[in-house]
Amino acid sequence: MTSVAISQPAPDFKTMAPDNWKLAIAVGLVVSVLAIVSLPANLAFWAVGAMAAMVAAAFVVNAYRRHYFGGLLVSPAIAVLFVMNIFPLLWSLGLSFFAYQSNQQSIRFVGLRNYELLLTNDLKAPELWANLTNTAMFVVLTVAAQMIVGFLLAVLFAKQFPLRRYLLILVLTPMMLSVVAVGVFFSYYYDPTFGLISQLIKAWGGEQFILMSNKTGAVAGIVFADAWMWSPFVMLLVLAGLVSVPKYLYEAAAIDRVSSWRRFWTITFPYIRGLLMLALLFRTIEAFKMADLVILLTKGGNGTMTISYHVIRIANEQNKTSEGAALSYLLLFVVIVLTNLYLYIANRRSQGT
Amino acid sequence: MADTISFWERLGFRKASGVGEAGWGHTLLTAIISLIYFLPVLIIIVTSFKLQTEALAVPPKLFPTSFFGLIPEQFVFSPTLENFTSVFSRAYVAGGAAESTGFDRFFFNSIFIASTSVLLALVIGTLAAYGFSRYPLKGNDSYLFIILTTRMLPAIVVIIPVILMFRVVGLAGSYVGIILLYTAFNLPFTIWMMKSFFDELAPDVEDAARIDGSSEIRVFFKICLPQVLAGLAATFVFGLILTWNEFLFALLLTGVDTRTVPVAMNQAVAGGGIGVLWGLLAAIETLFLIPVFLVTFFLQNHLLRGVTFGTVKR
Repeated sequence: MTSVAISQPAPDFKTMAPDNWKLAIAVGLVVSVLAIVSLPANLAFWAVGAMAAMVAAAFVVNAYRRHYFGGLLVSPAIAVLFVMNIFPLLWSLGLSFFAYQSNQQSIRFVGLRNYELLLTNDLKAPELWANLTNTAMFVVLTVAAQMIVGFLLAVLFAKQFPLRRYLLILVLTPMMLSVVAVGVFFSYYYDPTFGLISQLIKAWGGEQFILMSNKTGAVAGIVFADAWMWSPFVMLLVLAGLVSVPKYLYEAAAIDRVSSWRRFWTITFPYIRGLLMLALLFRTIEAFKMADLVILLTKGGNGTMTISYHVIRIANEQNKTSEGAALSYLLLFVVIVLTNLYLYIANRRSQGT
Repeated sequence: MADTISFWERLGFRKASGVGEAGWGHTLLTAIISLIYFLPVLIIIVTSFKLQTEALAVPPKLFPTSFFGLIPEQFVFSPTLENFTSVFSRAYVAGGAAESTGFDRFFFNSIFIASTSVLLALVIGTLAAYGFSRYPLKGNDSYLFIILTTRMLPAIVVIIPVILMFRVVGLAGSYVGIILLYTAFNLPFTIWMMKSFFDELAPDVEDAARIDGSSEIRVFFKICLPQVLAGLAATFVFGLILTWNEFLFALLLTGVDTRTVPVAMNQAVAGGGIGVLWGLLAAIETLFLIPVFLVTFFLQNHLLRGVTFGTVKR
């Protein structure tokens, strides 16, 4: 921007200045290593924390003195994310190279053995593979259902009509419910004896309605509940795109007698493409992590085990912390590759047209 | 294209009150679809007025009154407020004295923790988004992508080190710990949303203000921020909805004093060993829905205007 002017030269490496961040990093690293080696764990933790704070302070003073507004503005967010997300992630990356269980004291270095176990063990590798394909199936089905239902709902609400405000909030409500309540109540709706769907079918002379007893039914039940809950999210984003299309474009299209199919692809779609992509990205990330509805509705039975629930089982219920961490990093690798591929395609499309 | 503006519209009257562009047929269709979509929620709300035996009745008792004899008697239940009172105090043993369940505290915790952390994330995230948008760093896109990556892992992976860390520092079970964690949980979404809003603003006005001698702080507060108010509202609502119902972090990182409603709800459902108390669960959920429902309703217009700009840019 206009006012990025370097007002002072960078300080010499050896001078003791509050903005000498290179020296701060060097001192911080040395003191941290010494503290980890010599002090007990909780004191070492605080020493490392103090060093990190010192480095951060040096960065801030440096950015302030040289008008690096970008660094200044971004630093609080980076600090919070570092302490609460990135640091724990690095910690668990470290743990994945050790044999460690959270209910035991012993810890020993095993290198890549956890990864090797997960990928080649006769028992674990097929289980992992089955859970991955299950997750992929859930991602495809739930995201597709949400995009379609959300899109159709958005088309309904894109016009002006009376009571629109009130009907819209009714459709948005499922998104605001707690997952616990949704899971428990959907198991009530699906119940063969006193469930509402079953009773409705019986009242019309049908058989007892048993949904969750086989794989197809269980998957359908979970996908239905998840799609019901999160379609409003997609709807809201798509609706915002539909509302922003200038009306004169449609009027011009009406004069030129453009078919409605062509009108959608040439006028409407460019306006909602970015938002559709955003909805797709966030819903895919969330669907990849899906565990709570599965836990509440089937407890992973009938071939509905997802990879995320698998990690929870290993890391929390079986206390195999390091194995869970290793599995998560395999998972993160898959997600990063997919996301990059997706963003690459999205960007190429938007530049191409 | 200049629309013709009628005399009444010039005076500030809305165009054609009552039926808008779409007509009654469209309204009726949308109303039916909306009500069907809302039906599962409605059943939860209705269940909150039923006793346990009525909630499990076959055939289902669906209506609170018989509507002057229109509905057969077997589908009608007698509404009661007992579930709502027993959310806050009930007897744990049959016939025992009613005890406080602590739910007033849990509701306060939920409201306090969710609103504080979402506001904090909004302040920090908006500053960061402005920085990313206006003063790009070297490798700006990589930073943004790493920030998004932190949301991609199953929460359980982040949580184990966080639990260990909190025990060492003494933040386990405290407000500060869970609020900081939720702030970090909300930051990626906030930064991505707000950056796309700032990217859409025309920089001409800002440059003009800078040439006139406005400081950078003044440009941010007086020119940029007022233009993205709708975006702030939309981001606030999304963040609030996600944080309000967050379960796993809250389950593992809140203590007795800082427990949030979803965790307490789960325990109220699981506890007792006599199966789910349907009426009680429905009453908790109904009460729990009200605050976030009202916030969404009042910020609804912003929500629609707000998300208009958001696009994926990388």
